[in-house]
Amino acid sequence: MAVDERFPQDPRDVAEEAEAGVRNEIITGPVSDWATDFSHLEPEWSADPYPIQDDLRQRCPIAHTERFGGAWLPTRYKDVSAIAYDTERFSSRQIIVSNFRSPRDIAPVGEAPPISSDPPFHHDARKLLLGGFTKKEVAKQEPATRAFCHALVDELAGRDVVDAARDYAQHIPVRVIANMLGFPEEDGPQFRVFVEDVLEGINRQPEERQEAFARLDAYLLAQVHDHLDNPRDDLTSFLIDAELYGSKLPPNVVTGAMALLLIAGIDTTWSAIGSSLWHLAKTPADRERLVAEPGLLPTAMEEFLRVYAPVTMARLVRDDMHWRGVDMKADDWILLSFPAANRDPAQFDRPGEVVIDREVNRHAAFGLGIHRCLGSHLARMELRVALEVWLERVPSFTLDNPAAVTWSSGQIRGPRSLPLRIG
Amino acid sequence: MKVQINPELCQGHGRCYDLAPGLFGADDEGYGQVLGDGTVPPGAGHDAELAAANCPEQAVELLEEG
Ligand code: HEM
Ligand code: SF4
Repeated sequence: MAVDERFPQDPRDVAEEAEAGVRNEIITGPVSDWATDFSHLEPEWSADPYPIQDDLRQRCPIAHTERFGGAWLPTRYKDVSAIAYDTERFSSRQIIVSNFRSPRDIAPVGEAPPISSDPPFHHDARKLLLGGFTKKEVAKQEPATRAFCHALVDELAGRDVVDAARDYAQHIPVRVIANMLGFPEEDGPQFRVFVEDVLEGINRQPEERQEAFARLDAYLLAQVHDHLDNPRDDLTSFLIDAELYGSKLPPNVVTGAMALLLIAGIDTTWSAIGSSLWHLAKTPADRERLVAEPGLLPTAMEEFLRVYAPVTMARLVRDDMHWRGVDMKADDWILLSFPAANRDPAQFDRPGEVVIDREVNRHAAFGLGIHRCLGSHLARMELRVALEVWLERVPSFTLDNPAAVTWSSGQIRGPRSLPLRIG
Repeated sequence: MKVQINPELCQGHGRCYDLAPGLFGADDEGYGQVLGDGTVPPGAGHDAELAAANCPEQAVELLEEG
């Protein structure tokens, strides 16, 4: 067995490290006023967050809540972009709002570099990965992605009603990232559990959350060992061998980046594909137009990304300060809603309408500034191929029962159950 | 008309090289690059405007000559 002293053989050596940091009381239940008590984890928000955001943008553009130990929710494009650009005053130390603040000294690296990193480390960690995710590089994944989408549609043969979220959309990013990281394809169902643990299990008890993270760490460590024994041409071997500042990466950077690449691309892309199909299922005019004019798809796709932007991020306020009319405290959360920014009437004409031939569309679905989604070229390729194959193979489809559509909860939004009547 | 990318602002979203592949390309890390000296040939004006209007970072600049 190949030995690399950075990585222990027994995952418990990693998992049992004591956890420093600050916990707050977990508050759940109906929201009294969205301006002073918001929660993105309540069912009303999951079902339809847009009217809430539109209302706040008019009457209280930077909303507050005491939940999660204190958090702010800006809804104007200009505030969201200012925060994304201001990495001095708003830290990425944690980017998922929860009831736990990790110790301040984990910055500037954080738990999952580069998304959890601040300058100056952020730039160097990101630079390592950029080359693997350019448009040209991800184009290499396109033929296999297309073949896989066709295989998924083949499986639907003979059925009148299919779940496009569960039977189609979710499998696509899972397969693509498994191949890029060099993880076994058949582990896909496990990845979905990891994703749910990290992104949706926010209000679970701390012990339960910690066990879930330990399972993810153990899995990643097993993959590291497998790659140490059998190095190959994939992102995991690349990270194990990569060097920064003249030496190999620290083990937490290797597994943190692996975790990020595994988690960041799955729910997000699954959501984007699902929301697009949901829109087309309930809007026959748009569906028919895209079937007739496939060349419009790249433009339509950007509109789906704008109006159903799947990803909301978070920041932590660095120091107490007065910012644009509100008093922020050190370690208050910012719920950084790219979806709300994308529907700001000060930035977009007819922001609430889906205009599939919108030519001018400076949306922020992939973020703004130094953390611009590293996987945006990959995500766009997957979304385009997934929609192309679906529209070619299943040109006619409608919602089987609009009330049966369910949505994810938390910072990544998309349909998790999407029953469609096809044919 | 000429196009120019402000490298301080560009984050590699790639909207410019998606929308106007005749005017922009990508470097090895995905950052946008102007092809040639950035002169917009006749007929490519609309592409140049689209790239500028869609760049999320407002990094694409259009320069009127003269
Ligand atoms: C439609 C699908 C996707 C959307 C909407 C999306 C959105 C985002 C957003 C908004 C950010 C910015 C985070 C911030 O400002 O804190 C981000 C970062 C990131 N995304 Fe994506 N993402 C998608 C798919 C993917 C895919 C397929 C991958 C590939 C593995 C990926 C990997 C990453 C990474 C590594 C970062 C961190 C970049 C950094 O901090 O420098 N994403 N994504
Ligand atoms: S669209 Fe803007 S940010 Fe993206 S590569 Fe082009 S210039 Fe850079």
